[in-house]
Amino acid sequence: MNLARIAAIPLRQLYLYRGSAARIVPLFAWVTIDMVLWGFMTKFLGSLAHTSYRFVPALLGAVLFWDFMTRVMQGVTTAFFEDVWSRNFLNVFATPITMPEYISGLLFTSLATSLVGLAVMIVVATAAFGLHFAAYGTMLLPFILVLFLNGMALGVIAIAIVLRFGPAAEWFIWPIPALLAPFACVYYPLATLPVPMQWLARLLPPSYVFEGMRAVVSGHTLNGTLLAGAFALAVAYIILAYWIFSSVFRHAVKTGLIARYSAETVS
Amino acid sequence: MQNGAAPTPVSSHDPVLRVESLRKHYGAIEAVKGITFHVCPGEIVGLLGVNGAGKTTTISMILGVLEPTAGSIHIGSVDLLRHRSRALSCTNFAAVYAPLPGNLTVYQNLRVFALLYGVHNFAARLEEVLDAFDLHRFRDTKCGLLSSGEQTRVGLAKAMLNRPQVLLLDEPTASIDPASAKDIRSTIRSFAARTQTGVLWTSHNMYEVEEVCSRVMFLSQGEIILEGDPRALPAEYGKSTLEELFISVARDPLDLGALEP
Repeated sequence: MNLARIAAIPLRQLYLYRGSAARIVPLFAWVTIDMVLWGFMTKFLGSLAHTSYRFVPALLGAVLFWDFMTRVMQGVTTAFFEDVWSRNFLNVFATPITMPEYISGLLFTSLATSLVGLAVMIVVATAAFGLHFAAYGTMLLPFILVLFLNGMALGVIAIAIVLRFGPAAEWFIWPIPALLAPFACVYYPLATLPVPMQWLARLLPPSYVFEGMRAVVSGHTLNGTLLAGAFALAVAYIILAYWIFSSVFRHAVKTGLIARYSAETVS
Repeated sequence: MQNGAAPTPVSSHDPVLRVESLRKHYGAIEAVKGITFHVCPGEIVGLLGVNGAGKTTTISMILGVLEPTAGSIHIGSVDLLRHRSRALSCTNFAAVYAPLPGNLTVYQNLRVFALLYGVHNFAARLEEVLDAFDLHRFRDTKCGLLSSGEQTRVGLAKAMLNRPQVLLLDEPTASIDPASAKDIRSTIRSFAARTQTGVLWTSHNMYEVEEVCSRVMFLSQGEIILEGDPRALPAEYGKSTLEELFISVARDPLDLGALEP
């Protein structure tokens, strides 16, 4: 792996962000709106329930972590879309950059942009709604790590879809988090779902994180084995995502799609 | 894809680009039919042919963005298909259909591609290419705001950033005025002579081809059907100009035998 070639990908994104309010504002605007919306929703639910259930860390915290995972995915896809939008594939892929280097560059970009979003959400949720991360104890970092890995895997699968089916397939990508949210058990326990949906939920690492999060804030013991399993599952999805992207890229080179990407198909 | 030291020719006379029995099929369509050619250090070779003859397909394969159905491509001594990254570190290209991103400035684009091509001492190299293509005043201008001719010059600056052993130019002066085109031809010729870069040049401007190329190859329906010195070739086939020969070959490549000297 050549670090200079990896650095070229985030550097390009930095140049784009530096001169573009249209790119900078979405880094924090939507997550701020989500925090405000769900912050008041949490307060309202807390006032209705008259129970000791801790809505702020259980619900607002879950929304925050889900938004973080979404930002990680979008960090990868948006950086890739910049090459799609500027028809830059031929220039980039005719350089010596390798696939692991290109993907690593996208992941570093995503890490930077998603951390900005996370920092903004933490400030808003803490200052305005009293979310204290101490509620998650030592599990905070493992929760974030599993969601980060899962977001990366989703991002890489998403860009493989766009590379395979052309620029218009971008519209398959934006709704992916919304499609997964019901199965990820962000807002409710796994047991709420019908049994067939629970099977699907168990295939998603975030469902273990959110189950674990609710257990911790309710004072129950977290099942460490399940969280370790979620970590292993997220790593497996990253490997699978990379394999899918590499296969799609090889197909694109074989068929000439890279050289004629704007045509969307070479058939 | 592998990394490693830059490929070098075995000796200064060995080809920097060797293409052997190169084929590309798209299903039943055979776009390139087993062509073989080479480019030597410092040589500028013209790849001529009508639209759809297979020129861009050939260039895409040499750039590593299109996998050949059969055949081999060597950059110096390095097999492109086996050691893609290593081979591409010594290659570069400019094409009218591949402008650099318009939302970055000239400097930013060149900085990013310098990293991708592993260019050392970027600041000095940037000054050299900006000088060579008269781009200093556009250094901090977004490429999308430049005229098409200026964008072409930025593309050429990018193409020379890494001092490639093999430079692929697909109609490099297509959108440039005649005066600028003449300067650019002169810059590319002196670059090739000074750095011993081998250049594969496609153009539909036969005057330009005669001026810059020491050898030309006519590609027709995926095959090389003629090859030689662009200044001597027309007379050998009873034509007064290269353009006249091009038109004859384009209209009826199968009748080439009738033209033979």
